[in-house]
Amino acid sequence: MIEAFVSQIRTIWRILLHSFTKAETVQYPEQKPYLAPRYRGRIVLTRDPDGDERCVACNLCAVACPPDCIALQQGTREDGRWYPEFFRINFSRCIMCGMCEEACPTNAIQLTPDFEMCEYDRQNMVYEKEHLLINGTGKYHDYNFYRVSGLKIDGKDKGEAQNEAEPIDVKSLLP
Amino acid sequence: MSEANLPFIGAILLTVVGGAAVLTWFERRLLGIWQDRYGPNRLGPFGILQVAADMLKLLTKHDWIPPFADRFVFVIAPTAIVISMLMAFAVVPFGPNHYLIDMNVGLLFFLAMSSLAVYSVMLGGLASNNKYALLGGLRAAAQMVSYEVFMGLSLMGVVMLSGSFSLVDIVESQKDGWYFIPQFLGLYVFIIAGIAESHRLPFDLPEAEHELTAGFHTEYGGMKFTMFMLGEYCGLILLSCMITTLFFGGWLGPFLPPLVWFALKTFGFICFFILLRAAIPRPRYDQLMALGWTVMLPITLINLVATGAIALWMNQA
Amino acid sequence: MPTIVIDGKEYEVPQGENILEACLGLGLDLPYFCWHPAMGSIGSCRQCAVIQYQNPEDERGKLVMGCMTPVQDGARFSITNEAASSFREFIIESLMVNHPHDCPVCAEGGECHLQDMTVMAGHRDRRYRGLKKTHRNQYLGPLIHHEMNRCITCYRCVRFYKDYAGGSDLSAMASHDHVYFGRHEDGKLESPFSGNLVEVCPTGVFTDKHLVNDYTRKWDLQSAPSICPGCSVGCNTSPGERYGKLKRVHNRYNPDINGYFLCDKGRFGATYVNSEKRIPAVGRRSKDGLFDAIDSSQALTDIAKGLSTSKVIGIGSPRTSIETNFALQNLVGQQNFCTGISETETALVSACIEAIKESGAKIPSPREIERCDAILILGEDVTNTATRIALSLRQAVRNEAFNMAEGLQLQSWQDAATRMLVQDERSPLFLASPHATQLDDIAEGIFNLSPSNIAHLGYSVASLIEGKKDDAAKKTDANDYGNIAEALLKAERPLIISGTGVTDTSVIKAASSITSALVAKGKETYLSLIYQEANTLGITLLDQGQGPSLSNIFEQGENNSIQTLIIVENDLYRRAAKHKVDKLLQAADQVIVLDILDNETCNQADIVIPASSFAECEGTLINFEGRAQRHFPVFESKHPCRPSWEWLTEIGKISSNKNMLEWQCFDDINKACSESSSTLTGINEVAPDRKYRVGGRKIPRQPHRYSGRTAMVANLSVHEPKQTDDTETPLGFTMEGHSGDRPGELIPFVWAPGWNSNHSVHKLQTGSEGELKGGRSVVKIESKKLIQSKQQVKSVNQNNDQDHFIAVAMYKIFGTGELSSQSPGIIELCESESIELAIEAADKLGVSNGDGVTAHGVNGTVDLEVKINDSLISNCVGIIQGMPGAANINPGEGLSLTRSENWVRRSEIISSDQLGGKNV
Repeated sequence: MIEAFVSQIRTIWRILLHSFTKAETVQYPEQKPYLAPRYRGRIVLTRDPDGDERCVACNLCAVACPPDCIALQQGTREDGRWYPEFFRINFSRCIMCGMCEEACPTNAIQLTPDFEMCEYDRQNMVYEKEHLLINGTGKYHDYNFYRVSGLKIDGKDKGEAQNEAEPIDVKSLLP
Repeated sequence: MSEANLPFIGAILLTVVGGAAVLTWFERRLLGIWQDRYGPNRLGPFGILQVAADMLKLLTKHDWIPPFADRFVFVIAPTAIVISMLMAFAVVPFGPNHYLIDMNVGLLFFLAMSSLAVYSVMLGGLASNNKYALLGGLRAAAQMVSYEVFMGLSLMGVVMLSGSFSLVDIVESQKDGWYFIPQFLGLYVFIIAGIAESHRLPFDLPEAEHELTAGFHTEYGGMKFTMFMLGEYCGLILLSCMITTLFFGGWLGPFLPPLVWFALKTFGFICFFILLRAAIPRPRYDQLMALGWTVMLPITLINLVATGAIALWMNQA
Repeated sequence: MPTIVIDGKEYEVPQGENILEACLGLGLDLPYFCWHPAMGSIGSCRQCAVIQYQNPEDERGKLVMGCMTPVQDGARFSITNEAASSFREFIIESLMVNHPHDCPVCAEGGECHLQDMTVMAGHRDRRYRGLKKTHRNQYLGPLIHHEMNRCITCYRCVRFYKDYAGGSDLSAMASHDHVYFGRHEDGKLESPFSGNLVEVCPTGVFTDKHLVNDYTRKWDLQSAPSICPGCSVGCNTSPGERYGKLKRVHNRYNPDINGYFLCDKGRFGATYVNSEKRIPAVGRRSKDGLFDAIDSSQALTDIAKGLSTSKVIGIGSPRTSIETNFALQNLVGQQNFCTGISETETALVSACIEAIKESGAKIPSPREIERCDAILILGEDVTNTATRIALSLRQAVRNEAFNMAEGLQLQSWQDAATRMLVQDERSPLFLASPHATQLDDIAEGIFNLSPSNIAHLGYSVASLIEGKKDDAAKKTDANDYGNIAEALLKAERPLIISGTGVTDTSVIKAASSITSALVAKGKETYLSLIYQEANTLGITLLDQGQGPSLSNIFEQGENNSIQTLIIVENDLYRRAAKHKVDKLLQAADQVIVLDILDNETCNQADIVIPASSFAECEGTLINFEGRAQRHFPVFESKHPCRPSWEWLTEIGKISSNKNMLEWQCFDDINKACSESSSTLTGINEVAPDRKYRVGGRKIPRQPHRYSGRTAMVANLSVHEPKQTDDTETPLGFTMEGHSGDRPGELIPFVWAPGWNSNHSVHKLQTGSEGELKGGRSVVKIESKKLIQSKQQVKSVNQNNDQDHFIAVAMYKIFGTGELSSQSPGIIELCESESIELAIEAADKLGVSNGDGVTAHGVNGTVDLEVKINDSLISNCVGIIQGMPGAANINPGEGLSLTRSENWVRRSEIISSDQLGGKNV
């Protein structure tokens, strides 16, 4: 009991000593904080090193999203690639948790260090694919999903992906 | 009873209400300092105009009464706390001649007024017709009624030593030595009970925001909410004034004018209470009640018996 | 029941099961690939390995395959044993060695058995550093997408396709790790059950092509329990929707009907719901002949005004729900309600009802058909008219195999062993048909006969069974048909199948007399009569022969006694000759058409009202066995369509129709219908009513992982709309609610933790192929309650004139159905309208494939394209039903044919077949 009392007094004393320490607060917006490259801010869709959009519309970001603010529809392009016919993020619901980035198997969806995206009209917080897609690879410069995947697309036949053997000739009897 | 002095009453009201308003800003700044941040610093020099902004905001807020509430009681409740708190200032002696009334039962009047504040909180909780408000009101009632007991008892030592209930007499009798030395136990209990009575942090269980959203004033907004807050800050000032008066010699002090001494001491205690808020976490409700009945009560009784015995022994001697 | 010990715990399991089945039935997770509840075990994937101990003292045990080990009393097993689980992990690691990095772009992802099993077995990292084997894909037609790289060689596809469904054009090819599952060359899969490969394949080798190109993951689909409206079998389906589009149809397990499999029409023939032909708004024909979109309430008020002042005729439809037809019947009155079925078909259905009542036979469900051990099919082309039953028949002929296996104490799930044992032995199935059918390969006897001769065959068999040997003619019959009678008499559960498809009442009567003869012999006899549309039986029972027939309506039209004509979901141009329908629609002052898709009848209407499809409204359908089943709305349509029963009720209320004023919701109509006649009593118990809740909660249509809720419609408004309350059903348009055990008719989709694929259905079953844990209401109209038409059953007999060709109705799984043939994918498979001729007939007329002939019949002349069918008997010509020209020819009538001189041959339409099977 005495101990508890002394502990309380010591707490009060230590807090009082904080009168002489400097405030940690950063005076934003006059003073801009440093944001790491992996800061979780505004979401972008990136392109692969060849300049084609990376997103294959697999829907994993959408299902990982806790506030369910990502909606998209898959389509198949002439060249065999899957792509999102539309890709919509409702940033007025987004909580910048980065789960979509974690879930993305193609490194398409990435979070950037930009967070200043206030709007007077909430409707402007709804971003479509043309607002999200950037001309670059973002944080991952070399990854190209279709070079790994077994799916055949124009310019990459069966067996031409990483770690793939030539297609099997079914008619051959050789081992 | 001194002559009714309207300008003086006006001055007191202005000081107290104005002080309470400034206190809202001052408390936030001070908390900021102790928590290594700035607090409101954007509006005006040091952010002092924050007070005006808050006031403007509160005044222009939608004055809403929930349709399910008991309208009459709902409106009356917040006024009660302000009235009772301001009434109590009538007996506070700010200086040797600066007081409104010197009642021979001044101390009891103070206790009575601070007890009346419980109605405000309780009725506010009841009239809101909301489960959180009701729980907050219940807590407030139990907490305040319990601590009322120790508060009264803790002051009996002071009364025994001074031999009077008049606050002016109590201050006068401290010329030879302030009572915080002989009555250190009484002071301790009075501070604790005072915080509980004015339900300020760390004993703000009636409005504990994380469990009861905002407790008894969940449904209040705008001006009526402001009155609750005003009452609370008036309570804080009153409590500091009373500690100054009862234990720290009131206006007594060398060199400076008595009023300045009184103001300085009071200011010191206000800062102390804000420091408590910054430092000590809120206990659980049952812990608070247990503390009262198992620690505070024995301490006050021991204090009472010891003071009585010593006073008797000294008188005989 | 034997007691077995698994991991130290005792369990009671059903006799005759294997350990894998038993574990799944007990709720224990054990991975597997090659085993399938309907197809049994072959023990090839080695995935379900468990440890079996000899006795309680044995601590080492031996590794056995769960699917190949029968349960025995006192047997001891371990699933969790380190040796077994590491073996399973190693096996899946080996299976995954060549599996491509495809999951994000694979249409199976998220409902992939391979994904589930990989997680369950604990395999995570690929250690093998070698190259992955790759394969070239094949073009397998417009329905199925092929991606051979993903194959794990479990052999399920060929076991289903060849062994279970009797297909011949999908095989395992090449050897060792070159094994390839595909066709001998690119081309569409011929089996009408090929769509099941999508569900049977544990990974993404075979996927739904329509879905692949407009893909939505399983967790994003909003589903509801539904009934396939494609034919009279009434398979249970689970259609999935996203963004207002019906994306796909999956099988919904119903142990009595479809079990685990659907036909391709049911699976791929529902996407007409997204068709551009949907009627976009309520329209009124303006003076310039074009339709103007008008306000629906105005239209309804106008219609209601017309109802009170004029003579009104309502034409219902056998392809929509009982409730819609009932609402129409109430609106116009029973004496003015026509079923909308052609004269011929009405007579045939009446004959069927009479046959059921007279023969005293049982009407089997498809599951019961599988248990029949001698089958006679009289005229009905089952594969094309009731496709799912053909699959059941293929299982029924295996009963001989199971009997032989049982003689050797071989369990029925020992699939490879059983097939090896019996080779080609089958239970007897006899087929009588004017042309070859797709069941010929399993038939013991095939009789290519004209319809009237089929009837003769039937009567002969009946008298042989009865044992009458009175005249010489019977002797020749005995030679020809003796084995049929013998097989039927020998069987424990003989089954006779016929139906309206053969368009000859005498065939149905013959089927009835065979059945009666068998019943008289004390046999447990089954009689299955097939109707042509989802609710043909239902609407006939509703009408009870009270209302006017279609030809009666045409007569009334000619007498100009019809002022208002309400046609509900029925394209009359498919039911009767064009000139008759034209005359009728012109004679009526006002023609109101409610329909789903735009069609010829809509074009002639004055007011067109958009009706909801089966996927957007609730309704009850009565299938061929008299079983009533409910389909629930899957989604709210983006069109301004409403259920037909709702439109009609609204009109009824405006015109103060006494009965209809009290109808507030679907349940009210349903209840009123149930009370209206003794025959339909009980159809309100088909499914729980709208107030049904489990623990106060509705049943969600969306899986709990449904994504994009706050973004789906954010492009329209960022303020999310409230989810629609479904006041009509116990289902909710949300992901919240009760998802535990619930009645079978209220299971929108199946999912269980760790089981994302449709295999999770075992968590809802009591044992493989067993009943659903949540129960199921079975409402079947008893045959004694069937009411025969008061009108004399008109006999529809085939014309036997020598100079004429007999028109024989032919059916195509793709093309005959009015709505399903509008579905993408199916459109490509639909055959063009044609007349099928035997080779002799074609030679006589001097025509070949693609030429034109002119058919002269009762309803005038029609020009049709020639298609030579060498299996057709020479005096018959096949008319494919459900095509516009076919309605001009009554099946059974005598046609004289001439070569059409000014026929222009069609230029070849390039289908995706010809595009070299480019894989899209």
